[in-house]
Amino acid sequence: MNISEIINPANLVYEKPNVMNDTPMHYCPGCSHGVVHKLIGEIIGDMNMQDKTIAIAPVGCAVFAYQYLDIDWQQAAHGRAPALATAVKRLLPDRLVFTYQGDGDLAAIGTAETIHACNRGENIAIIFINNGIYGMTGGQMAPTTLLGMKSSTSPNGREVPTAGHPLNMTNLLAQLKGVCYVTRQAVHTVAAVKKTKKAIQKAFENSMQNKGTSIVEVVSTCSSGWKMTPADSNDWMVENMFPEFPMGDLKNE
Amino acid sequence: MSNEHNKDNEIKLMKGNEAVAHAAIRCGCDGYFGYPITPQSEIMETLMELEPWKTTGMVVLQAESETASINMVYGAAGCGKKAMTSSSSPGVSLMQEGISYLAGAELPCVIVNVMRGGPGLGTIQPSQADYFQTVKGGGHGDYKMITLAPASVQEMADHTVMAFDLAFKYRTPTMVLADGIIGQMMEKVVLPPYKPRWTEEEIKKNTPWATLGKPADRKPNVINSLRLEAIDMEKLNLTLQARYREIEKNEVLFEEFDCDDAEYIIVAFGVIARICQKVVELGRAEGIKVGLIRPITLFPFPTEKLKKHAERVKGMLSVEMSAGQMVEDVRLAVNGKVPVEFYGRMGGIVPSPDEVLHALKEKLIKA
Amino acid sequence: MAKFKGAVVVDIEHCKGCDLCVVACPTTVLALSLEANAKGYNFSHMANQEECIGCAACANVCPDACITVYKVKLA
Repeated sequence: MNISEIINPANLVYEKPNVMNDTPMHYCPGCSHGVVHKLIGEIIGDMNMQDKTIAIAPVGCAVFAYQYLDIDWQQAAHGRAPALATAVKRLLPDRLVFTYQGDGDLAAIGTAETIHACNRGENIAIIFINNGIYGMTGGQMAPTTLLGMKSSTSPNGREVPTAGHPLNMTNLLAQLKGVCYVTRQAVHTVAAVKKTKKAIQKAFENSMQNKGTSIVEVVSTCSSGWKMTPADSNDWMVENMFPEFPMGDLKNE
Repeated sequence: MSNEHNKDNEIKLMKGNEAVAHAAIRCGCDGYFGYPITPQSEIMETLMELEPWKTTGMVVLQAESETASINMVYGAAGCGKKAMTSSSSPGVSLMQEGISYLAGAELPCVIVNVMRGGPGLGTIQPSQADYFQTVKGGGHGDYKMITLAPASVQEMADHTVMAFDLAFKYRTPTMVLADGIIGQMMEKVVLPPYKPRWTEEEIKKNTPWATLGKPADRKPNVINSLRLEAIDMEKLNLTLQARYREIEKNEVLFEEFDCDDAEYIIVAFGVIARICQKVVELGRAEGIKVGLIRPITLFPFPTEKLKKHAERVKGMLSVEMSAGQMVEDVRLAVNGKVPVEFYGRMGGIVPSPDEVLHALKEKLIKA
Repeated sequence: MAKFKGAVVVDIEHCKGCDLCVVACPTTVLALSLEANAKGYNFSHMANQEECIGCAACANVCPDACITVYKVKLA
């Protein structure tokens, strides 16, 4: 069969979601952010929620998320996304409201906002990208940086006496009664991508059904920060990140 | 001052803080987000008591911090909602990041600061030492905040309403800068009439930039203060500066007492202006031709008015509950034409009329 | 078992040559080109077109949403 016969709209099985526009993403080659953005675009399209979605962008690499997905966005101060989302959802209870945050944003500077939004059981979804490093500012140590992991502010590897242990925010948040769904996923394989899509869809449905706070942690890579190729980063993540941040549901009510 | 109060013009007795809460509900406020701090906690307490979510649908939320409060205000304002917060000096310091973001994202909102003495944890007694923080921009970047300075419980109510109108007219955060006296003092007040909250259709019409969900027929709305390119950031700054010039042109408010024949003018805002009215009375009784100007808006400042008076008076005295902050703006307005002196008390001390009159004589008349 | 034949179209100007699609492809169809796009990336392309089964593994893991996949069922 000729290739031109195959490349025909009738045979289309995968294309970029409509909610995602053509602006080239600024992320480094192989960055997990792009995959998660794409999933969000697919789900909003599938759920037909473009006109009902308000998303909150963080400070960090994903600060520009609003450039790529054609939905209404608010760009928050560093760490404050859950506070913005709280007010948006309280004032527009029939909307889908989600935050998109990295580990520095959610687990360091925004710890208070994250914990209290979750504890109040705000009907929002939180997408938490955990790659154990500050990507945007050039690879500094994050609260989720692994012990021994090198970063520009832990050049000899993270050590407990000076920097403490990696902070497992998702485990903490799962303890809170206001939280209805907590899961930890990744996007390094096709199977993982499909599971993450289901998880984010569930979190969005929970927001629409006003069931409480949902958290989808996506354990991710940062090839530039980790100083590895994207493929090696995936392998390193499976070997080193997964034991500290294991895959699967922590709570599903 | 507006006379469009409720039809029966019923006079009520309440604290300034309580008046803010009542006025907020009545003017169609959509959301209040706050954190307790003395001497303004009655604002949130009154709202919780009144339960407006059962009547107008207004949301009232006790946040985990002032940082969270101001960012909740940002989220609500981004949806075209009438949102407000209130706090006192140390709490307002914590909000400065959020205020700068609100200004940068061109979001309207109302912040009430019931000032107390500082720096640091300070005292819970009244102060005006947050003038610089408010009027000169306490957060980072080139921004201004419309600032209303109420001097009575009535004005606590009226300024709350006015602040929302100005905030939306100019898409800018607006501050009601009160102090611990007006917050705590009980006085008679006629509350403003009820205005319904905006419907979603009205929000779409009045604030087309609001994030309510993107319909098929418009581009995404993005609430944002980030401009990575310097030229774009300068463009945003130029837009803001042009707006501030408009505000300076259109919105200056002040009150004058006995200024027509005055040889000396006292400049004082908020509750201190009321003390200085007594000073004018005492001075006049002694034959001193003294008048008073009370700026009602601190930004925009009544610069032109003071400049005019400077052409004929012998001197001006700025009286404040601070180490001397507004006095700098008075001096800028007067531009060296006549001596401008300062008298103030700090740390929560309220000056008496006698000591102000004494200062006027010592610093200006004898000199 | 039904056999499938597929084809992918890479938006070469959006591709950053991260290689993740190449790794994800179960039938070794994709490879990075020796040519570079306008931004200097060695973009992904079908080096072994005959083997494509249209599974879309490449597109699923593509962070830049630059792969479109087509698939037909062979009779």
